[in-house]
Amino acid sequence: MTQENTKSPLVELKNISISFGGVRAVDDVSLTLEEGQVVGLLGHNGAGKSTLIKILSGAYQRDNGEIWIDGKQVEINSPRDARDHNIETIYQTLALADNLDAPSNLFLGRELTTAFGFVDDARMESETRKIMARLNPNFKKLKDPVSALSGGQRQSVAIARAVYFNAKILIMDEPTAALGVHETKMVADLIQELKKQGLAIILISHDTREMMELCDVVSVMKNGQMVGTERVEDVTEDEILSMIILGKKTATKKAS
Amino acid sequence: MTDTPKTPLSTAPISRFMRATEIDARLLGMVGALALIWACFHFYGVFVNDFGAFLTPRNLWNLSVQTSSIGIMATGMVLVIITRHIDLSVGSVLGFCAIVMGVTQVNILPNFLGLGHPMIWAIAVVVGMLAGAMIGAFHGYLIAYGQIPAFIVTLGGLLVWRGAAFLVARGETISPVDSTFKLLGGGPYGAVGNTGSWIVGILGCAAILALIFYGRRRRTRFDFNSRPIWADGFLALVGCGTMISAVLLVNGYPWPKGIVKRYAAANNIEIPAEGLFISHGFAIPVLILVTVAILMTILMSRSRFGRYVYAIGGNPEAAELSGINTRMMTVKIFGLMGLLTGLSAVVASARLGSATNALGTLDELYVIAAAVIGGTSLSGGVGTIYGAILGAFVMQSLQTGMVLIGFDAAIQQVVVGSVLVLAVFLDILYRRNSK
Repeated sequence: MTQENTKSPLVELKNISISFGGVRAVDDVSLTLEEGQVVGLLGHNGAGKSTLIKILSGAYQRDNGEIWIDGKQVEINSPRDARDHNIETIYQTLALADNLDAPSNLFLGRELTTAFGFVDDARMESETRKIMARLNPNFKKLKDPVSALSGGQRQSVAIARAVYFNAKILIMDEPTAALGVHETKMVADLIQELKKQGLAIILISHDTREMMELCDVVSVMKNGQMVGTERVEDVTEDEILSMIILGKKTATKKAS
Repeated sequence: MTDTPKTPLSTAPISRFMRATEIDARLLGMVGALALIWACFHFYGVFVNDFGAFLTPRNLWNLSVQTSSIGIMATGMVLVIITRHIDLSVGSVLGFCAIVMGVTQVNILPNFLGLGHPMIWAIAVVVGMLAGAMIGAFHGYLIAYGQIPAFIVTLGGLLVWRGAAFLVARGETISPVDSTFKLLGGGPYGAVGNTGSWIVGILGCAAILALIFYGRRRRTRFDFNSRPIWADGFLALVGCGTMISAVLLVNGYPWPKGIVKRYAAANNIEIPAEGLFISHGFAIPVLILVTVAILMTILMSRSRFGRYVYAIGGNPEAAELSGINTRMMTVKIFGLMGLLTGLSAVVASARLGSATNALGTLDELYVIAAAVIGGTSLSGGVGTIYGAILGAFVMQSLQTGMVLIGFDAAIQQVVVGSVLVLAVFLDILYRRNSK
């Protein structure tokens, strides 16, 4: 991949900062994401990972910095803006309306409508059935509110929502936290498949080994600052762990 | 029941029936409770007062008219409560809208259009509903963008609009209202009569059949398991049966003799010796309530707006992250509540034949109680329009019933308050068990 100057990266976050009541949750952080690339975001709880991706997904508005997509500077002031740029997000909390069923959640904010402008529940259910057949063939409870579903089933609703709408940029905040071994494997396979389709993925996880397997690049954050970004083939798991814990790069290897 | 070996024998037929017809168990429970209340009042009358006054066409007709004003507002309150807000101001806003309409049709419009002009009632209604919608939207704006809790905004509104209603008319009662306007409140002339009621009834039956047929075709198109044909047939039978019973009921309540006499004299009709039986038919305010209920049900179950209301109630953060403009939704929801309050003000002041600044006092409590008895959850996300209207009927039945059997006002308050708490408790128990 030596095409640095021929094509601008898909996403560039430049010098992003955001504060909450005097606390700098994200402090001058930059991040680059190429097409078909999986970038892993690592760090302790409270390192600012979720805050950073929420700026890209439109949930928070940054105080400083720039967001560039496809070589153009863009403004993302709401989740709707992010969706308009084909950015889809799977939040750590899943962000599901528990009282609604799976199809309603999948299409929330983007309902399919009939010619008269009414929501088309039958078509949404049929579409949900199709995508679920691909993601989680055991999923059958299309009429129940999602509060009645298991953790893994809820997760697959959230994933289906992000995948269905032809995302170009996918943000996954701890997508496997609630899952068992088998379901975790399914998510890993899905990430590989989406990557092959050319999606750019930002993945947040605490599982360093999983990240080494799935990601092309890992970025480590601590106390709201970016510690460093490394290609996975250039580092060992121990080096990543020491970046997370010590908050500085190991002296021997440098990459940018 | 050898064909369904998996389910226990005792529950199999009932649960299978409920599943096949997709009837909500709560709906059935509420209808049952209402029937029980009606029967209790009636038979208490039969045994204690030697006269059962409750289950008569006359009482049920009046009950339906009395429920209209609260029922219309309750459909809006459902949306407010689903989104985890509350509106304590509806009674005062109703009073304010009534006064505004009274001033419009009595003090202002006749000067320009002349007394009794056919446009007066329409302009007054529009002005009243617009006033309500603007007040509601203003409340919503303060709640959504000012981030003031709805409880506080509408508690303030409760005082402000009652006071404003007094100020607009300097405390005077404004009457009489326009004669066409008055029809919107019911009464012998404000009802659609025998033929009109049959037309309404037949249209209703046609709509029920069309809905069932359309639903069946839609499900077949997407290859979903359709309801068994007997279940659809059963629903059609119950729906049309209810419609026709309602028509027979309202047509069974004749005009009072005095009004028949006046009507006959005015139209040069000879009154036969055995008297002239002129049916009331459906009262106009009841038809307004039914129309509002249908439109609001479509809004809540078939439109994006309704979907977003439930989503915000279920998880406000998720709704926001899904790109829903939750603040604007709050403004719209309160605006709609205000619009419906304005419509209720039309019905209430037309029924009274005048506009007083005390109109609608304590209505907020009955409206909230109706919505909550109807299964709207104060923790948000859950509630139905039909539930709120049934709740309004329960509230009104209790009050009317206790008046009929001669309980005084103090006992009425004790009973109504207790029933509210009991109904919510039963609802909580039901939800806990169905989890």
